[in-house]
Amino acid sequence: MDFSQNYFEIFQLSVSFDLDTEDLSKRYRSLQSRLHPDKFVDATDHEKRLSLQWATRVNAAYQIISSDLSRAIYLLELKGVLIQENPKLPKNFLIEQIERREELDKILEDGCSMELLAAFKGEIDKCTADYLAEFSEIYLTNLRDAEIVVYKLQFFNKLSLQVNKIEDKILGY
Amino acid sequence: MALLQITEPGQRVDPHQRKVAAGIDLGTTNSLIASVRDGIAQTLPDSQGQHLLPSVVQFKEKSTLVGQSALDSAEEDPLNTILSVKRMMGRGIDDIERLGERLPYDFANTENGMVKINTVAGDKSPIEISSEILKELVGRAHRSFSGHLDGVVITVPAYFDDAQRQATRDAARLAGLTVLRLLNEPTAAAVAYGLDSGYEGLVAVYDLGGGTFDISILRLTRGVFEVVATGGNSALGGDDFDKCIAEWIITESGYKQDLSPRQLRSLILKARALKELLSDNDVADVDVSIDGLYFLGQLTRNHMNELVANLITDSMNACRRVLRDADETEISNVVMVGGSTRMHAVRQAVTDFFGVEPLVNIDPDQVIAIGAAEQANILVGNKPQDEMLLLDVLPLSLGIETMGGLAEKIIQRNTSIPISKSQEYTTYKDGQTAMLFHVVQGERELVSDCRSLASFELRGIPAMVAGAARIEVTFQVDADGLLSVSARELTTGINTSVMIKPSYGLSELEISDMLRASIDFAEDDVKVRSLAEARVEAMSLIDALELALGQDGDRLLQPDDLASLEEGISILRKVSRTNDINAINDEVRTLSVTSEKFAALRMDSAVRSAFSGLHIDQLQED
Repeated sequence: MDFSQNYFEIFQLSVSFDLDTEDLSKRYRSLQSRLHPDKFVDATDHEKRLSLQWATRVNAAYQIISSDLSRAIYLLELKGVLIQENPKLPKNFLIEQIERREELDKILEDGCSMELLAAFKGEIDKCTADYLAEFSEIYLTNLRDAEIVVYKLQFFNKLSLQVNKIEDKILGY
Repeated sequence: MALLQITEPGQRVDPHQRKVAAGIDLGTTNSLIASVRDGIAQTLPDSQGQHLLPSVVQFKEKSTLVGQSALDSAEEDPLNTILSVKRMMGRGIDDIERLGERLPYDFANTENGMVKINTVAGDKSPIEISSEILKELVGRAHRSFSGHLDGVVITVPAYFDDAQRQATRDAARLAGLTVLRLLNEPTAAAVAYGLDSGYEGLVAVYDLGGGTFDISILRLTRGVFEVVATGGNSALGGDDFDKCIAEWIITESGYKQDLSPRQLRSLILKARALKELLSDNDVADVDVSIDGLYFLGQLTRNHMNELVANLITDSMNACRRVLRDADETEISNVVMVGGSTRMHAVRQAVTDFFGVEPLVNIDPDQVIAIGAAEQANILVGNKPQDEMLLLDVLPLSLGIETMGGLAEKIIQRNTSIPISKSQEYTTYKDGQTAMLFHVVQGERELVSDCRSLASFELRGIPAMVAGAARIEVTFQVDADGLLSVSARELTTGINTSVMIKPSYGLSELEISDMLRASIDFAEDDVKVRSLAEARVEAMSLIDALELALGQDGDRLLQPDDLASLEEGISILRKVSRTNDINAINDEVRTLSVTSEKFAALRMDSAVRSAFSGLHIDQLQED
């Protein structure tokens, strides 16, 4: 097993942000249907261990590159850019984030209608899509700006997770 | 050089004959065992022709009853007759109290809060009680096949956490079974439906059993079953419906005193009978007379539906959440599992929510065992050409306790398994050589709101100044969803030992003690046993290697390597006929090492074929 392969190489894909997810999931399933421990019930202990390691690595790789944000972060990592915990972001972006949070708080205070929440989520999804498009366009030529876009995407991802949490509460979890 | 062995493609090379495997649905209310015979998965009956085994165990001073006979004495002997033991698997006393259960048992006090029930036959853990049910089921298989069972697949609710899965596996070990795989119940149900139809698309499996509710979204593509998301409620089931009806009877009867265990049990059985009656009828007569609790009246189906409406709403909310987790809306099929899905109100709610008529043509009580049997048959190697694969996800996030009682998530819910994650930690005191970790499972932020799985201690950390040691802890979750932990100090490369102490399960030591006690063997037998074990290991290595050589030997190996493996096999075969335990173990080790290169070649070849197969598919599509 070649641990020096990156997550794209595991699927015999070229390193790129733009990815045919349908094709990726075909490759993923094809690999797992040959490497998964269930295919090695009769095998030697050594093969069982190899199978577990492979299946684990294929799952980890798939998890990272199948999702847009984690794929973006991984691409930066491959280029030697490590994501910071507390990045410096443009002031107007931060203000915009605060406003969105206030908007969400208001939806909560006003009795938390599912419709308003859905509209808010739609807005987040749209911004996310825009930033993803921007990342795809610039990450090969402008690493510095691409990194900033990833931080912005992380903010939107957090918001989206928060909306999910609120939904969970409404659904009684 | 050995002669080429010519066999039909996909057929096993001798001595690998057809193996016997079974699927077991270890249910809250009823359990079943099924096996594939003549290509068809069928549930196996007991000697009276009954297929469903009530999951009930009655302990007597000198014997143990399992099933209907135990259920029949539940009213007479409530303290020694254990029902719905599945709800207690891998749980602590606190959990059970928190669930607000009114369980009529005499719980023993244990040091660690683990559940043990005081019976005339001594204190019994849920694991031991479940193993009695498993033994009874396996007896049916032995009768049917008059012999040995090579392995079983046991199903568990998709929502079961690590402790509950581990407890199930331990119960199987106590019953002397080889577990091929723990399979999620909804996946098993989809296997039962999906295998025959070659269906592709998104499937929701709605499983309302006796004690648990599971909802799973599966994607079926070219024989691959992928669990996209699972959810549910491990404390919602048919039993709760019975309780609602029982509460109604109590209210209507005007009975004000506390119910005795016997009264409670009888009442629940009455309520269950009423519920079943109302699956076929619009109205049922109620006639209850239990030790001073009297009620004579009628219950209509509509009224019952009102009584249980909240429970159905709870289950629909879980459906909503799992759809969101799966990020899917278009469900093309719904599979119904569990006796409670016979209720009209349940079927209606499911149809309304998913917008499709649910599949009900396989008996909802049997569908899980049948799917498990199909999977067992494949795993044991009876269908080597079969492409079916089950890809599962971790049902609940795994985390560890950090400062202030917070849970830090290490592996997120719904991550595909097997998976591993590594995390670095450091020491906070000079010269610190040990560290204590507490592993929890659940979605909440506070450790106290999550399930405590185990604690483990890292020992043998090299003494350094505070903050200098870098300890990498790796959490590995296998294909059964079971966790193991390993740790290494990175600056020195020293492996630290990990000792796991399950919060509410049995430790490795306790299990081996129990196994030993059940065998009760003398000094001489120990030798006989280790010789037998060494031989079994030798044979399974030879079997595995011959199978692999038959498939890939000529294709992947140079003549020299092939010859040395074949020589190794024949040496091991010769040695294992002797009584020399050490020589057998030595040869097993030698041959294992010799075969490692071949194993690596086989893996690489598997990876290559994964992609070559893909290109052919794509050509066909174009």
